[in-house]
Amino acid sequence: MSFLSLVNVSKQYGATTAVADVSLYIEKGEFVTLLGPSGCGKTTTLQMIAGFAEVSSGRILLDGHDITHSKPNTRGLGIVFQSYALFPHMTVRDNVSFGLEMRRMPRAERLERIHATLDLVHLTALADRYPRELSGGQRQRVALARALVIEPPVLLLDEPLSNLDAKLREEMQFELRNIQRKVGTTTVMVTHDQAEALSISDRVVVMQAGRVTQVDAPYTLYDQPQTRFISTFVGKANLLTGQTITSGVNGRVQIGSMQLAVHDLRSDPGSEVLLSVRPEKITLLAPDQGLLNGVVTARFFLGAQWIYYFRTAIGELIVVSQNSDLQPLQEQDELGLSWSSNSLRLLTGAATLA
Amino acid sequence: MKKNGFLALSFHTAVMVFMLAPLVIVCLVAFTPGTTLSVPTTSFSVRWFKAVFAHSDLVQSFWNSLWLALGSASLSTLIAVPGGLAMTRFHFVGRNWLNGLFLSPLMIPHLVLGVALLRMFSLIGVTGSFLWLTLAHVLVITPYVLRLVIAASIGFDRTCEQAAQSLGAGRLTVFRRITLPMILPGITGGWLLAFINSFDEVTMSIFVTAPATVTLPVRMYMYATESIDPLMAAASALVVCFTLLVMILIDRLYGLDKILVGGKS
Amino acid sequence: MTNTRFLRPWFLSGPALLLFTALLVAPLILTGLLSFHVFDQVKGITQSWTVDHYLAVMVDPYYHVIFWRTFWISALTALICIVIGVPEAYILSRMSNPWRSLFLLVLLAPLLVSVVVRSFGWSMLLGPQGIVHAVLQIFGAGSIRILYTESAIMIAMVHVMLPFMVIPVWTSLQKLDPQVQDAALSLNATPFTTMRRIIFPQIMPGILSGSLIVFGLSASSFVIPGLLGGRRLKMVATIVYDEYMHELNWPLGAAIALILLIANLLIMVTYNRVVEGRYKKALG
Repeated sequence: MSFLSLVNVSKQYGATTAVADVSLYIEKGEFVTLLGPSGCGKTTTLQMIAGFAEVSSGRILLDGHDITHSKPNTRGLGIVFQSYALFPHMTVRDNVSFGLEMRRMPRAERLERIHATLDLVHLTALADRYPRELSGGQRQRVALARALVIEPPVLLLDEPLSNLDAKLREEMQFELRNIQRKVGTTTVMVTHDQAEALSISDRVVVMQAGRVTQVDAPYTLYDQPQTRFISTFVGKANLLTGQTITSGVNGRVQIGSMQLAVHDLRSDPGSEVLLSVRPEKITLLAPDQGLLNGVVTARFFLGAQWIYYFRTAIGELIVVSQNSDLQPLQEQDELGLSWSSNSLRLLTGAATLA
Repeated sequence: MKKNGFLALSFHTAVMVFMLAPLVIVCLVAFTPGTTLSVPTTSFSVRWFKAVFAHSDLVQSFWNSLWLALGSASLSTLIAVPGGLAMTRFHFVGRNWLNGLFLSPLMIPHLVLGVALLRMFSLIGVTGSFLWLTLAHVLVITPYVLRLVIAASIGFDRTCEQAAQSLGAGRLTVFRRITLPMILPGITGGWLLAFINSFDEVTMSIFVTAPATVTLPVRMYMYATESIDPLMAAASALVVCFTLLVMILIDRLYGLDKILVGGKS
Repeated sequence: MTNTRFLRPWFLSGPALLLFTALLVAPLILTGLLSFHVFDQVKGITQSWTVDHYLAVMVDPYYHVIFWRTFWISALTALICIVIGVPEAYILSRMSNPWRSLFLLVLLAPLLVSVVVRSFGWSMLLGPQGIVHAVLQIFGAGSIRILYTESAIMIAMVHVMLPFMVIPVWTSLQKLDPQVQDAALSLNATPFTTMRRIIFPQIMPGILSGSLIVFGLSASSFVIPGLLGGRRLKMVATIVYDEYMHELNWPLGAAIALILLIANLLIMVTYNRVVEGRYKKALG
């Protein structure tokens, strides 16, 4: 039985449905991320787990206990809020101490625990500072320490890294993951940043318009997106529409004026299909050496990679190329584009054409 | 931003002199050794200050004003804090109306309030009552406390309360250890502003005080209309000093510019 | 549990509501009723009803003079406060700290000093032995009497009311985006045009709000005309006091007080609707 379960949970605000029939089963020690654009219901779901939003229907179970309608101050969960919500009139140490004081832990034990937790997040030197004297990254770690020190069964993170600048965000992603691994707490994180979700989660739950659309490990989610939305939201994708000619292992589709191979095509011959090929899966060859030719219309340099926009017979294709020792391409260059039949994927699932 | 020119600065200096003139003159004349209202040029004397302290009516009215201000400011804060929290935390039918009611004393001339309360007090027979005088003052100073409590409550980060709840704190604990300390500067500022406004209040008090409960400003007004001598100047100088002390207190605990302008400066 | 949630805000505002009903609403209603009672020289306030007091105010030129005097003094005070207060606020906003905070304090802190003290100070300054007179004598105008004239009242009123004008104007000035002014200048506007067409319209709500407050407070002022106008120069507040304390004709006093209140509220409401409405649309 899973550690934290959401069973058919829904949330209604009057006539609007914020969360519709969401079911999640999270194992102990797992790091699960709720991923989706603004308004998809991920934050509302988190608030229902925390107890700050009333569940309209459905149940939430924690370690076998039904906590659906329990008050937020009885659930004992550790929460890191988006704005950190540090108590401004208390020092770092007092902030971290608060949860333990509510549990009436004796002073000596409290101080020991606080010390250990501050060590874990590398904040021991700043224990007597006030939140206003700390940087964004330091405040975030205080919030994390405050949530972890009470040794909660579940840790909830509400967009914990969105207020940090890019460089700091990257560092904190890995630190967050390391700490979670060390402590082993079941963690549910909410974010709209797909790169963040992919890099540190065990599983990613993609949400859209209040519903769960796909739950998978990061690599699987990236490689096998089930809907058009997910394929463009998680990573970049080249979307192509076509008609199935032959199905099965040596499948073939008709896209525009060309016929292309698709490995293991599960679609009836004659039906419309939506396919996607990731930009990094397209290789560049000399003209006429690949599946088709393309002309460079724009290029963007990102340091480790180049992004090229190609005009081809089947439409615009985006190609991501490693910044290797080869000469970068110029606009108006013509090259051959190629990819393996495995890389051209069919988008299945209910919202395929959506 | 362009700097101010000579013309602008001269104008500004004139305005500053204008604002300070009556206060300065009062403090100067208070030290005059003679019996006429003139600025002391050759010698300074404290005889008029001694006279003030010897004037039993004036001293008594000072104590009246002090106790009145302490009591009404505290009582006002006690009712304005829950009221202000209610306004900012709940959306309920009648909220705007209630807000308007609580701020209305600011728009009703104290003269009208004075005569209205005089009528009611005489009808129910409490004209000389210190308690009812205090309540009258609470009425006129509550808007000041309320405005500051509302401002503090609005600028308050509610997620801190949620964080405290998630860590196991019950409603009362959250209020006591999180909410109250965080809005305390606003409450303190409100109390101080209410205090000084009660201490200074005169127009309403003229109608509502009785010989036993006469406040300092009322006593001083009556004195000033009857006789003109430096005693009044000395008393005024003392009031200015007292006000300065309160201003310093306000500045230390809340910020004088914030209280006067509200927010930015 | 849902039931108590709806009651909670009322429960919290309860004490304040009780106080206000007892000490604001009830007395005003009682005074309203009082104004319609007959006053008898011998018996005092009787229980019979009349509108004579209101009629007296409408008809008797004695009251007309006093109401008119109150009106024009208050209006002129408001105007002078605009003329002095707006430029002063603007000059202050262009200063840098610490001067800015310091001078703002000098301008506003007198609010906290009792009006009796401030008026008394002006009565000394403007009296025959006062400094102002001394200066005037140098210019050969020493025979002009200032104290106990309308001018004296206005000078003291401007002193007392100026902070009430500066505060809303200052608040409006703080909300200005300096880059908007830079944009105007970059589009070839002169500083004067910028002031007239960019800055002034944006601070208009503050100026209007300030004028209303100044006008209202001046019209109902008691101490200032009392100390600087002398026995002969009466304003509305003075005659209310006279009726209550000397003549003991409370119903008449009540009538006058209520007329003042209603006039005050009416002016505020119409001013708000008519003029601010124009600016609310543009500025939100």
